[in-house]
Amino acid sequence: MLKYLFAKNEDIPSGSAAVFFGFSAILWFVVGTGLGSFNAAKLAFPDFVTGNEWFAFGHMRQVHVLAVILGWISMAFAMAMMYITPILGNTRLWSEKLGLWNCLLWNVGLSLGLTLLWAGIGSGREYSDFIWPIDLYVALFVALPLAINVWMTILKRRVQGIYTTNWFFGGGVFMVIIVYLTGNLPEFFHLTGLSEAYLTWWFAHNVLGLWITPVAAAIAYFTIPKVTGNPLYSHRIGHLHFWSVVVFYSTPAAHHLMSAPLPEWLKSFASVEGVLILVPAIAFVSNILLTMQGKWSMFVESLEVRFTITGVLMAIPLNMQGGFQQTRAINWYIHGTGWIVAHAHLALLGFSTFLEGAAVYLGLQSLMKRKLYSLTLGNIHFWLLLIGFSIYWISMTIAGLIQGAGKIYEVPYIDVVIAEHPYMIARWLGGTLVFISNVIWLYNMWMTARVGTVIPAGRMPHEIAYER
Amino acid sequence: MNFREYKIGSRMFGLCLGGSMCITLLMPSYDFRSATSTDVALDKQLSAGWETGWNVYDPLMLGNNKPVKVVVKADPKTGAALAAPVTAYVYRVGTPMPNAADHPGNLGESVEKLSKDKGKIGEFNKATGAVYVIEKDGTTPYIVNKTATDGWMPGDVLGKAADADIAEVGKGKTMFVREGCWWCHTLLPEETQDWQVFGAPPYLGDFNGESPTAFGSDRKAPDLLHVGSRNSSKEWMMLHFFNPRLVQTHSIMPRFDYMWGEKDADGKTINFDQWRADYNDYRAGKKPNPPDVPAYAKDSEIRSLIDFMLSLK
Repeated sequence: MLKYLFAKNEDIPSGSAAVFFGFSAILWFVVGTGLGSFNAAKLAFPDFVTGNEWFAFGHMRQVHVLAVILGWISMAFAMAMMYITPILGNTRLWSEKLGLWNCLLWNVGLSLGLTLLWAGIGSGREYSDFIWPIDLYVALFVALPLAINVWMTILKRRVQGIYTTNWFFGGGVFMVIIVYLTGNLPEFFHLTGLSEAYLTWWFAHNVLGLWITPVAAAIAYFTIPKVTGNPLYSHRIGHLHFWSVVVFYSTPAAHHLMSAPLPEWLKSFASVEGVLILVPAIAFVSNILLTMQGKWSMFVESLEVRFTITGVLMAIPLNMQGGFQQTRAINWYIHGTGWIVAHAHLALLGFSTFLEGAAVYLGLQSLMKRKLYSLTLGNIHFWLLLIGFSIYWISMTIAGLIQGAGKIYEVPYIDVVIAEHPYMIARWLGGTLVFISNVIWLYNMWMTARVGTVIPAGRMPHEIAYER
Repeated sequence: MNFREYKIGSRMFGLCLGGSMCITLLMPSYDFRSATSTDVALDKQLSAGWETGWNVYDPLMLGNNKPVKVVVKADPKTGAALAAPVTAYVYRVGTPMPNAADHPGNLGESVEKLSKDKGKIGEFNKATGAVYVIEKDGTTPYIVNKTATDGWMPGDVLGKAADADIAEVGKGKTMFVREGCWWCHTLLPEETQDWQVFGAPPYLGDFNGESPTAFGSDRKAPDLLHVGSRNSSKEWMMLHFFNPRLVQTHSIMPRFDYMWGEKDADGKTINFDQWRADYNDYRAGKKPNPPDVPAYAKDSEIRSLIDFMLSLK
């Protein structure tokens, strides 16, 4: 890919940027889940690798989180945008060259930011942990070039309407820039006190709500109709989904701070708005599941459909939790416990990872015109990922309920730590399965690029998945 | 470019997102601005200094350029004993001033007025440093710049103070952020039964001028906002930081022995490998007692972190 950085845009093969992004994303997923598994081991066995600040939990915890969010999830988004947006506009990507540079600058900036963070050099604000020069870099050299490429591709399209997926892509890249620049205002202009605390969670909420959730859903709006051949069940429900995300999901930031001394009107407002997340959630899930009508056999047969539908089904518990756990009645019990950790992994490792996994499988095969090296390894990846995630989610949910009970019944904290120990070991095992599954995935995709069977012109990868 | 969905869509989009930001950002900002500092907030911002996350004055987050908190027992100018000890916040030459000095607006109206008029907080000079104390007018706390009002100089205050009376709270807060303590320990007792175990939740005005607030979100360990009230033993803190399993068998906290640095309080090189080998023998039942924890040096990182812990009252 590097040889094209200084080539003329016309000379760069179509899809180069997307392939570069796709492999970067998988690599960051391996790194991120490896760190997650290591961190989990430290919580289960506190004397495992000790006495060295480079392997201290406090130094590594957030490197895992940001490697997964900005490396795996966001790069997989960029990959999806760079091949889906042109397809839906019946055109080429506006600039492959910009895309390649975008990916290079992304990898460089992320590596730098994570290295600093690993050394402990951060802002001390959860999710916007990067120091403000890196935050600015992310907004201007990571998100903005991506946004320009997506918007220009949409503008230069050769079809009349704009398909649902592209509304989300175009809106998502706009919103993530706004969120990055606004959420980091406390660092840019040294705002302090409650403004700083509240903007930290305004950022954290909206980077999930206005970037990860809608863009992941947009991918499903493409994958399911494309692979099954069914048209989207309803564009109007898609409209409802899009506008309710913008209106409802951008407002409940304060529900992350229900126990902090924020204005009471703000907490109540956020709590009510938080329940309204069910509107876009129901719209999205029903729309995708109804699109599957008559093609449910593909849930079993097609790897891409299985990944996507699993992710969509996970959106149901995800949004039921998300809508109600932030109300005062429930937040009181589970705030700050492992329940929330489980919920966060349901959103990122469950819902959005499975949707993106499908996009990366489909996209890399289509762009490289190579059939998947081994469907068996693909199936093993799916099941290890699903089982590993499930072990993680169930064990952390139970641990969270124990913590909640400990909190309410004034149990001495150390007894809570003792009671949680088996679940910490289970979480480590689950996380390790996820890591192993991703190593297998990386190998499988690498071999696909090297020795995968060439897909004949005019065929889709899933059509010939079972042909020898 | 002249499809009507661009026009209608983008205007609707702007209206929706702008309206949302108006409610969730602009409207709360008026509430936050009207919050009046409590004495807790004044103590926190004076002892932590300008910023304890990453900043240009401390790019490697070593805890440089931070104020220290000193118990003053005698007048630094005259040497005469004070009627009662005073807690002073000493900003040495070159230390960035607290947020209240150049942005007194963050104090809230009544505190700002008293601090400016009676406390002379506007009259600071970075070249000479400054000494601040907190006083009260009735129930309203305010900041007094003792350098401007009484001529207390940072060098005099520090020169006359015993090391035990000096707390490196600002550097310690930097360590708290850098070492990621807040990934497991919250600084925010909840409005639940936490009242009974971890103490009272904070008030609206308890954070003015503090950055970062580092509330923490994922509580895997006890809340620390009032830890200094529950446990004020330096010795316990020292053992616990070196190896938490020395004082709490079931703790899952990491060891922070690397914050001792290379030398102990007597200037001798600490042999960590020997210590770990002895400790493993103790764990294996080969020795009756664990090895002694080395006393930390005065300028070690752990000293500041312990000072910060004990300041959390």
